[in-house]
Amino acid sequence: MSAVGAPGGRAVDPAGAHNYATEWAQAVRRLGFVPMSAADTERLLLSYTLRLAEALLHADEVAPVAAEVGQALVEAHLTEPDMIEWSVRSLADRLPDQVLGGSTGLDDRIAVAQGALAAGFARALRDRTFAQQERIARSAWQARDDVERALRDSEARFRAVFRGAAIGIGIADVDGQIIDVNQPFADMLGYSIEEMRQLNVTALFHHDDAPGMWELYGELIEGKHESARVEKRYYRKDGTSVWTDLAVSLIRHDDGRPRFTIAVAEDITQRYELQRRLRFQALHDPLTELPNRTLFFETLSRLLSASGRVGVCFLDLDGFKAINDSLGHDVGDRLLMTIARRLAGCVAEYGYLVARMGGDEFVILVDGDAGVDNMIAVAELALTAVSAPVFIDDHQLMVSASVGIVASDLVGTSAAELMKAADTTLYWAKAEGRGRWAVYDPERSARDIARSTLLAGLPVALDRDEFVLHYQPIVSLLDGRMLAVEALVRWQHPELGLIGPDRFIGLAEETGLIVRLGEWVLRQACRDARRWHVDFPEARLVVSVNLAARQADAPVIVDTVADALSSSGLPAELLQLELTESAVMGSGGEPLRTLYRLAELGVRLAVDDFGTGYSNLAYLRRLPITCLKLAAPFVEGIRGDEPDAADHRDERIVDALVRLAHALELWVTAEAVETEPQAERLRALRCDSAQGRLFGPPAPAAAISTRLAGG
Amino acid sequence: MQQPDGAPIEIDLSRPSAARVYDYFLGGAHNFEVDRQLADQIAAMTPNLPATMRAGREFLRRAVRVLLDAGIDQFLDIGSGIPTVGNVHEVAQAANPQARVVYVDIDPVAVAHSRQLLAGNESTGVIHADLRDPQRILAETRALHLLDFDRPLGILLAGVVHFVPDADRPGDILATLRAAAAPGSHLVISHSTFEDQPQEMLDAQRLSARTSTEITLRSRAEITSFFGDWTILEPGVVHMELWRPDSPSDVAADAQRFGAFGAVARNDDVAG
Repeated sequence: MSAVGAPGGRAVDPAGAHNYATEWAQAVRRLGFVPMSAADTERLLLSYTLRLAEALLHADEVAPVAAEVGQALVEAHLTEPDMIEWSVRSLADRLPDQVLGGSTGLDDRIAVAQGALAAGFARALRDRTFAQQERIARSAWQARDDVERALRDSEARFRAVFRGAAIGIGIADVDGQIIDVNQPFADMLGYSIEEMRQLNVTALFHHDDAPGMWELYGELIEGKHESARVEKRYYRKDGTSVWTDLAVSLIRHDDGRPRFTIAVAEDITQRYELQRRLRFQALHDPLTELPNRTLFFETLSRLLSASGRVGVCFLDLDGFKAINDSLGHDVGDRLLMTIARRLAGCVAEYGYLVARMGGDEFVILVDGDAGVDNMIAVAELALTAVSAPVFIDDHQLMVSASVGIVASDLVGTSAAELMKAADTTLYWAKAEGRGRWAVYDPERSARDIARSTLLAGLPVALDRDEFVLHYQPIVSLLDGRMLAVEALVRWQHPELGLIGPDRFIGLAEETGLIVRLGEWVLRQACRDARRWHVDFPEARLVVSVNLAARQADAPVIVDTVADALSSSGLPAELLQLELTESAVMGSGGEPLRTLYRLAELGVRLAVDDFGTGYSNLAYLRRLPITCLKLAAPFVEGIRGDEPDAADHRDERIVDALVRLAHALELWVTAEAVETEPQAERLRALRCDSAQGRLFGPPAPAAAISTRLAGG
Repeated sequence: MQQPDGAPIEIDLSRPSAARVYDYFLGGAHNFEVDRQLADQIAAMTPNLPATMRAGREFLRRAVRVLLDAGIDQFLDIGSGIPTVGNVHEVAQAANPQARVVYVDIDPVAVAHSRQLLAGNESTGVIHADLRDPQRILAETRALHLLDFDRPLGILLAGVVHFVPDADRPGDILATLRAAAAPGSHLVISHSTFEDQPQEMLDAQRLSARTSTEITLRSRAEITSFFGDWTILEPGVVHMELWRPDSPSDVAADAQRFGAFGAVARNDDVAG
């Protein structure tokens, strides 16, 4: 740039311009925000300094150049008021001196430049401000539009969900007034949408509504809950009902106040019905439609835990299996259906539960009056109901049943215990014959249990050698000498102690174990007797062993006895076998053939408990019997010291029996002799021998040895 | 109240916006009366604050220059506000015309404004998102296909992390962002602090609650922890004015008056 036209031939001082730009840059950076580094700022302002300086030297360019610089300052974001103040003022105060060598002659131009710089700055700043204001406003509207569009889109989506949902959606205000529902909700309840908008939710009360449901709703609209979910039944407009799975949510105002409730309801009527049907099926017997054992036990347990006083009639048809087998399952099933109907009918008026436990077992659950009298009345009602003839096709069936009666106050409040007792009692009723009832008896049950304990232990006991023999002396009434001992078996039970034969011989006979037990007794008695014989040969002590009917009946008994004798070495004549009258006669009505063969072995045979059974005197005469043992009742009748009529009668019977025995050439032994007067009378009646407490109680073998030794 | 996608349900122009207040402090006119009123109120209470805002802007400019010198040519500017004066893409693209910048802000007006301003600039992008949802920021950034996450990246968090309260776990947010950045990436943070501050600074913080966000002042140690195991460049976590000034004369004796720390760290993890 030439200095032509400059007043006074002045030119721009580059070093001065540089200094001026540096000061300018420092000033603007001090006075406001400059989005540039210091160096960049200085570089920029140096270019403006030079342009302004050149312009001031050329009068015709001053205004436009200064205006451009003013605009450029705005574009460079040097817009702080303090900055423009500095820039305008320094244009006069500093620039001429520093850059142009003084302001002489330039004052007019400087004033023009200041004005143009300020005007250019102001114009540009105004334009920029307008532009920025417009842009930010447009941005705000744009953002608002975006949000609103998003909101509209969102609303449209929710509308679509609301209208198109397969489930019912409804909105109500906090007063319960329904504001809007979708078509599915309206359809579900059989109203139009408009009709539903007239309703208040309280109008949708249903008498099946669960307790607390409306309280929950009340708390929800008070804002105490955010949501609630219930299964609710609604009345449809046509009066029918629909089951729904209902979820209600609370919508709040921004400040938290409850605003709306939104209900989402799904029609679950079919599912509910299915569940109900499945539950019915799960709890009822498909054949008779009576409650099944599951429902019975549920009910029983509930009643037991609630009242604790219930009764049960456990009923089982007599001979049902025979009907099933002979007439077929179809007839059997129809019979069960008839019986089920009758049983349900006979107690219907009392409301007792009748359940089928399975097979031909039914149970009547008596709630309330479970006293024995009422229970028996119920059982008899049931038996009567069962006993009427049943007509199926061409068959007329006469059916009976047995009933076990149990009341909870006899058994306790365990359902399982109660039904176990009912089962036991039913068994008792069955055992007594058809068409009967039995009432549970705790003592009998205890006995049964004890019995079954023994029964279970018997076979093991034999293997474990738990049996022992005791011997009771049989003495001569003539000279008091011990003629024989009767072997009596005892069970040394590991838990119950020493048990007498009355408690287990019957069980052994029932189970057949008596054969093995009897053989063990026989062999042990023979061994003990052999020892006495060896130790005390002149005592000639006979051992008397009882033979059970079942033992005596078996042909093998002869070999067993022979073997017992030979293996022990006991002379046959020192063994006496005792049989009852019925055992002697056997089951065929004739005396046992084995008796002769036993007699041939040389053993003695005695009839035990003579006088209590039925003896055929003709046979008795011919049989190889050596001794009669008079049954205890006759002996007990003889007191000797009380000469009343009964005494005399028993005494006359004993007298006759002794005479009879002697006529048959048989010895007579009296059992159960307890007193000396009894012994005296028996002796007077010429009874040969006796046993009983008077002559010594049953005692271990060692005690007998001691007695033989003269103790 | 928000729409399901996280967008606000309304734009409330009757409340001031942090981005517009900031613009006003920088001398811009992208603001409304309500913004200027608040800005004047804040300025009256803490005369330092406008200067702090400018110092923050200058720190960002210097930091971006350092990143550019380190070869960083792509930037993720989170909390960019209204990028009017001295904005990152201008600084960056002046040095490297290929530089790419993605702006992220929570203020829908600021975002709309940025979109207008940047329309036609193919190397920039704008995302409307919340720093508290860094996964979303990363996902939307990737969807723009502007930044290459396999190459070093400049993550800029200028005056924004202090808007995240401790309850929103800023440490986790920073960890998520760092984890997304390739080795060689840089992280720039400026953050308000209570350290070395007079009471009026703390009062002003309460005043800032009038915008929709509140500021959490943090200690140097807390701010340092936001860089994780990245290497913090010299001079460390310092008052902004002290961070690599253009010239020593730019640093006043009371550099702590702005109440904000600035720092830059680099991911030196060779394993990536």
